[in-house]
Amino acid sequence: MQESINHITELHESLPGDSLSDFSDRAFKDFNQLGIPKAKHEEWRYVKVSSLFRKDLTYPLHDSGLTIEDLQDHLLPDHDQATTIFFINGIYAPALSMVNHAQDELVLLPLSVAAASTEYADKVKSTLGQSTPYHPDGIHALNAAFSSKGIFIAVPPGKTLARPVYIYQVSDSRKGYTLSQPRTLVHVGAGSSIHLATTYATLGHESFTNEVTEVLVEKDASVYYYKIQDEGAKAHHVGTTSIRQIGKSLTNAVTISLSGGLVRNNLDMIMEAEYGESHMYGLYLLNGNTLVDNHTIVDNAKPHCLSNELYKGILDGHSTGVFNGKIFVRKDAQKTNAYQSNKNILLGDHATVNTKPQLEIFADDVKCSHGCTVGRPDDDALFYLRSRGISEKNARSLLLHAYAVDILDKIQLPALRAHVDELISERLEFNF
Amino acid sequence: MHMLSIKNLQAGLEDKPILKGINLEIKAGEVHAIMGPNGSGKSTLASVLAGRQNFEVTAGSVDFLGKDLLDMAPEERAREGIFLAFQYPVEIPGVSTTNFIKAAVNETRKHRGLEALDAVGFLKMMKEKMKLVQIDQSLLSRSLNEGFSGGEKKRNEIFQMAMLEPKLAILDETDSGLDIDALRIVANGVNQYRNKDNSFLLVTHYQRLLDYIVPDFVHVLYNGRIVKSGTKELALELEEKGYDFIKSEWALAGE
Ligand SMILES: Nc1ncnc2c1ncn2[C@@H]1O[C@H](COP(=O)(O)OP(=O)(O)OP(=O)(O)O)[C@@H](O)[C@H]1O
Ligand SMILES: [Mg+2]
Repeated sequence: MQESINHITELHESLPGDSLSDFSDRAFKDFNQLGIPKAKHEEWRYVKVSSLFRKDLTYPLHDSGLTIEDLQDHLLPDHDQATTIFFINGIYAPALSMVNHAQDELVLLPLSVAAASTEYADKVKSTLGQSTPYHPDGIHALNAAFSSKGIFIAVPPGKTLARPVYIYQVSDSRKGYTLSQPRTLVHVGAGSSIHLATTYATLGHESFTNEVTEVLVEKDASVYYYKIQDEGAKAHHVGTTSIRQIGKSLTNAVTISLSGGLVRNNLDMIMEAEYGESHMYGLYLLNGNTLVDNHTIVDNAKPHCLSNELYKGILDGHSTGVFNGKIFVRKDAQKTNAYQSNKNILLGDHATVNTKPQLEIFADDVKCSHGCTVGRPDDDALFYLRSRGISEKNARSLLLHAYAVDILDKIQLPALRAHVDELISERLEFNF
Repeated sequence: MHMLSIKNLQAGLEDKPILKGINLEIKAGEVHAIMGPNGSGKSTLASVLAGRQNFEVTAGSVDFLGKDLLDMAPEERAREGIFLAFQYPVEIPGVSTTNFIKAAVNETRKHRGLEALDAVGFLKMMKEKMKLVQIDQSLLSRSLNEGFSGGEKKRNEIFQMAMLEPKLAILDETDSGLDIDALRIVANGVNQYRNKDNSFLLVTHYQRLLDYIVPDFVHVLYNGRIVKSGTKELALELEEKGYDFIKSEWALAGE
């Protein structure tokens, strides 16, 4: 591990100074102090992230020269309609990216440029690092230490974006095992609405992506966030998405995990205004040795908020699913409604699931519930289908697909929903 | 010709024998009714014939058109021509009724050496059969049985029967929970489908159904055995006297 850390330290020291230097230097100090989380760290029990810092880990901080042709197989549906943003190895690649929104609808800037601009410096300052208090660990700090290669997206007030924004996180690992550390900051103005989808691709060998996305949501805005993970068994991932609602607003997050090596998804909903609403949905379809750990946080600071979480898993092979759901209800957050549910179907005898709800409630007039189920495909339903001549295999895939449908239905971009459905159907060998 | 030949069939749950030696012959074109008190084993018999695996068969044999039925997986039995209309059809959220039926029809057709139906052919067949059992299109676009009323579920069972064109249809209390009109429609569906090649095994508690679908034979299943067989008059006698006379006859015979 030390070798890769030394390498990263050298790289950090050689970074040219820019508008984010203060922020990233502070973060690097934190990183040195906190270190990479060890297995005995309670939050990192299942994701042995230190095992990813091997000596063959490289951290290429330069343009690898990929072209859009190299990426054809990885594009989302209606790519040409969307604003598309590419990161290669964690570095924003403007040459590949394309804004398909009007200037007064969407602003896209390199994060260091936004931080230096008169118009956006304050927004960047007040938002960048909003997730840090929730993730006091070295891996989170390490991303911050290299955040100047990230981006800033702003949606001005009162804009309902009809077209989605797609972010592609590409790891070019054709020359070996790579680290990527993308950073994204999004500011959604009052009364605006955005659909933001992130997807991942690894070209070549093994990859490790350590991503942080921070979203600030103003009054009466709506944010639809989709995270689609299907980049193969040798792609490791630690990602934090932090959505902070500072006015009464709506957020809807859907996390779909279909493959990977070690995968950790942090999703934080920081609800700082009354009557906020947030929905968090997850679907993980795992096999082989994939481990996916979904850690969610809902922090209710103000009264009358609603949060609703539903994560569903189908686990085969030697795969592992982890769900950890924290809900904080602060003293002032009376009349909070917070619901949480994690459901799993185990297909293989070697697959495992670990679920841990953590409710910390300091207000007295709240409604909170959590539940967890682990089951197998329903025998009565299987028999019913088979009694109509449907083979056991097809009956199973019909049932598993049906199980996934209610999460799929939360993807409110029809083309994206259809695309994810295709991926899932392929995996379940569902074709009816 | 023999369609189904059940000999000394014994089956049950791990430590609980339920069927204790069933003998029954059904020829092509015949309609048999099975009556009997609650818990006597009627649904168990239907399930065992359809291939439900949680019942263990401990003795006996079942021959279906010259093949060993007990040796087949449930889906094979269905494709060979067995159909079970469930007493309690299962609700399956997220599976569209239409997709499900299409999969069932096409897997069955494939087994029978027929080409899969394309969308147009399938729709045409659906329309035809929907008319037969007077089932509404809106029901078929919903999730399978989810939130269907009791009667709608039963009608959906008969609709599936019509779509799959089985040789032997086992209807387990399909008449229960149906209103008079629905009962007539369901009976009508069965009667239209009744011919010299198709057979029926009707499980029912009510003589009423047998007014509409006149059986060739009526059997009484009691405590895991067929204790009395007769013609449709037996059903009338049961309606009149209840099961007590059979129970006492059986008691006299030394059980
Ligand atoms: N899965 C099961 N677990 C435990 N007991 C069962 C199970 N299935 C059937 N039995 C028992 O087997 C016996 C026969 O049940 P079965 O459902 O075959 O009766 P039935 O004749 O169809 O009754 P009904 O007229 O009420 O439908 C009953 O005592 C029932 O409780
Ligand atoms: Mg019964």
